Amino acid sequence: MSTPLERDLIRQSAATLAEAIAEGEVSAREVTQAHLDRIAEVDDRVHAFLHVDGQGALATADAVDASRAAGEPLGPLAGVPLALKDILAMKGVPTTCGSRILEGWRPPYDATVVERLRAAGIPILGKTNMDEFAMGSSTEHSAYGPTHNPWDLDRIPGGSGGGSAAAIASFEAPLAIGTDTGGSIRQPAAVTGTVGVKPTYGGVSRYGLVALASSLDQAGPCTRTVMDAALLHSVIGGHDPRDSTSIPDPMPDVVAAAARADVRGMRIGLVRELTGEGYQAGVEQRFREAVEILEHLGAEVVEVSCPHFDYALGAYYLILPSECSSNLARFDGMRYGLRVGDDGDRSVEEVMSLTREAGFGPEVKRRIMLGTYALSSGYYDAYYGQAQKVRTLIQRDFDAAFAQCDVLVSPTAPTTAFRIGEKVDDPLAMYLNDVATIPVNMAGNCAMSLPVGLAPEDGLPVGLQVMAPPMADDRLYLVGGALEGALRDRWGHLLIEEVPSL
Amino acid sequence: MSTPVPYAEAVAEFEPVIGMEVHVELGTESKIFCGCPTAFGAPPNTQVCPVCLGLPGSMPVMNAMAIESTIRIGLALNCSIAQWCRMARKNYFYPDMPKDYQVSQYDEPLCVDGYLDVTVPTDDGPMVVRVGIERVHLEEDTGKLTHAGGATGRIHGADYSLVDYNRAGIPLVEIVTKPVTGTGALAPEVARAYVTELRDIMRGLGVSDVKMEEGSLRCDANVSLNLPGAEWGTRSETKNVNSLRSVERAVRSEIERQAGVLKSGGRVVQETRHFHEDTGVTTPGRSKEHAEDYRYFPEPDLVPIAPDREWVEELRRGLPEQPSVHRARLAEAWGIGDFEMATLVNAGVLELVEASVAAGVAPDAARKWWAGEFTRIANESGVEPGSLAVAPADIARVEELIASGALNDKLARQVFEGVIAGEGTPDEVVAARGLAVVSDDGALLAAIDEALAAQPDVAEKIRGGKVQAAGAIVGAVMKATRGQADAGKVRELLLERLGVSDS
Repeated sequence: MSTPLERDLIRQSAATLAEAIAEGEVSAREVTQAHLDRIAEVDDRVHAFLHVDGQGALATADAVDASRAAGEPLGPLAGVPLALKDILAMKGVPTTCGSRILEGWRPPYDATVVERLRAAGIPILGKTNMDEFAMGSSTEHSAYGPTHNPWDLDRIPGGSGGGSAAAIASFEAPLAIGTDTGGSIRQPAAVTGTVGVKPTYGGVSRYGLVALASSLDQAGPCTRTVMDAALLHSVIGGHDPRDSTSIPDPMPDVVAAAARADVRGMRIGLVRELTGEGYQAGVEQRFREAVEILEHLGAEVVEVSCPHFDYALGAYYLILPSECSSNLARFDGMRYGLRVGDDGDRSVEEVMSLTREAGFGPEVKRRIMLGTYALSSGYYDAYYGQAQKVRTLIQRDFDAAFAQCDVLVSPTAPTTAFRIGEKVDDPLAMYLNDVATIPVNMAGNCAMSLPVGLAPEDGLPVGLQVMAPPMADDRLYLVGGALEGALRDRWGHLLIEEVPSL
Repeated sequence: MSTPVPYAEAVAEFEPVIGMEVHVELGTESKIFCGCPTAFGAPPNTQVCPVCLGLPGSMPVMNAMAIESTIRIGLALNCSIAQWCRMARKNYFYPDMPKDYQVSQYDEPLCVDGYLDVTVPTDDGPMVVRVGIERVHLEEDTGKLTHAGGATGRIHGADYSLVDYNRAGIPLVEIVTKPVTGTGALAPEVARAYVTELRDIMRGLGVSDVKMEEGSLRCDANVSLNLPGAEWGTRSETKNVNSLRSVERAVRSEIERQAGVLKSGGRVVQETRHFHEDTGVTTPGRSKEHAEDYRYFPEPDLVPIAPDREWVEELRRGLPEQPSVHRARLAEAWGIGDFEMATLVNAGVLELVEASVAAGVAPDAARKWWAGEFTRIANESGVEPGSLAVAPADIARVEELIASGALNDKLARQVFEGVIAGEGTPDEVVAARGLAVVSDDGALLAAIDEALAAQPDVAEKIRGGKVQAAGAIVGAVMKATRGQADAGKVRELLLERLGVSDS
């Protein structure tokens, strides 16, 4: 059982904790230990973590405490612990990507995101569960068993970053890192009542992020408040010469935007194609109410059409599998991870084949096969080539919409959290969870999901998605901060505080 | 299996079409996508990092010098340089590829549509052949596999295989010719001349050390045969061609083999073949009847390459003279003919001679030392002449000493022997070894008198006017002074002593 103090520590925002540590009201070790205790207490039910690195986290916390004692300046999140999605390389710590094929692999290097977290004095509690190689929307495709949604343990926490979202929502960590290829930060945030941001493509280094689809992947913050997301975003963001697709320009001041939290005079576009059929009634209802609040706060709301968004899902499921079929080729049992069938007689091809057959789950195999087919000679133009054209059209839709509006909004996910097992055998139903989040990945701009209430029919969280142009990530925080503040005023607390105790 | 047809017969009946694919490892300090060093010969897997090992999560960053070198090669081969192009992934599973795809270029090469003129000797004098260049593109090299056990030295049948990723990620430039037709019996010579010229261009550009024996220049030779007027035949692609001589032999051997296949009514199979240096023949490798599908697509981890036009023009202006032009200019300046020039080129000492001349050595002397003494020493120690520890300034100094009469030719060789052995500068070697021409007249006269006394009959002949007999006495004096005398001086003193004149 937690002591009252520890229970209190785990329910604070990262900003509050950072301030308390900086002021000496609490030590980084106490804060980290409280979260490690919470993980020990509840993670058998939530299963957000694949690996807990208590020793490493406490060592970082102690270093922060020592720095503070020595009078050295502390970073804005120093000593506030974090949960890291198991898709980012962390030196010496198991990195599985939720796959058997990488079981036991300990990277010899740190991802740039991890380096920046370390440099900021952020203790890393451990690695969070995910759909295998980030393919999925429920974490049910993890080779190590599903993560459970803290709002209802029988339901999915979203995916692929369900572990990171569930860790935040169950107070196991105030901060987490997710990655978003088609909605893997935002959809889990929506179904767990938390905040998740997919930064502009190139805004956060991908170096050390095990690639699913290189042209779509982006790491970003998972938190319980908009300000916490901004603080974490500014720690991990910015140019990295080791990632050629990293944007060299200075990133916008997202922390200042979160603090300003003002939508007065902004034009907000409601994307017509991202509502209506397929969207749960309670999701639409909470979304409309939130839009009304934004209007009330001084924004002008207009409806916009992005006609090619209807083709985004189809094009996405050609581009993603194509890139992933190539990115995942290296898992062949030759150099690291699983190796199956090496009995001294079998050929190298047979060992590669047996390893991949045993090491990859069905969803991974499905996408590798789709991608291999789409890139094949004779089919390339009809599939990969056409999909790239759709991608251009989606970008143009965004350009046209952003010519009229500062930001766009939609529900983040069409439904609230569904039951574990409900869609796992129906790939198309599973893919449709990302229908509203995929266009942003296709165009490379940025988006945030933040909680806007519970759906009346099931009492589960609903997320609203804010979308902004590339390198205008600050607008997400202006809108998110304003909406969060207004909702907190209305409810008297954050939505996450309504999550049942475990 | 059919019997190869003798070469003359083969080219009398069939017309060969050849094509060359040359891979050149660039001599950049670091690899194409990471900071690992590229030096040859390091212990296996010591020049590797997460990027060139393709570890999960690692990402490539393009080496700007690799782009620059590729463009300079393209310009030197008269190619157009792309305004905008991308790298592409070539997907295939093989353990020498850390990522199981190779980052290469596909339908958007950096340089296209150039040519290279090469000269081959014929009975009617030198003939210039224009070899069209299809494309020049940049890619990463793979690791190096060593197969242990098994009879073939290949992966099938091996007991185990070792892989060295030091080579993985070394920037590689692929230069592909257009099909070369109409060369007839000269096809093997054209192939060799092309690779030789290409090698010299790379050297002149300073982009690679182009050592075929170390694999920094690798050549695949494509050959097909057709009857005059008929469509081109099916081609084979011969690999493992590791020297200039092998280029010529491999093409020749393929022409003989394919002619044999065709004459016996057979069909040439589209395949890769391996050239064997020892036997001079090719053996079949992988069949290419069913083209492998590499599923190329643009590399999403790298940004497109869009070389600035002004920069390209600047690179063009900075190109060195073409080797053929350069050689002609040198030959004229040094007053030598095609044969002498070819000797220097074949010995691999042309640039060394040039450097020596630049340091003030007379061209004849520089040629003599490099093509003679130094090449001999290098051959004996199994190294390249260029790696001998003798600098142009050393040669200049020794030549100075010879001119002043302080050294003669024989002593000079001993001085170089000392310099190459690391005994110091020429002056230090002269001092340490006591190598100075004996010019003390008294000592020489004593030696002359001694020699005359030993050979009275010869002395008599000389006195009688047979001046040519003086050589025997001079030789004896030189021997007595262990070569440290100036032979001219000895002769002069001898004739003076005997009261005869040279005319």
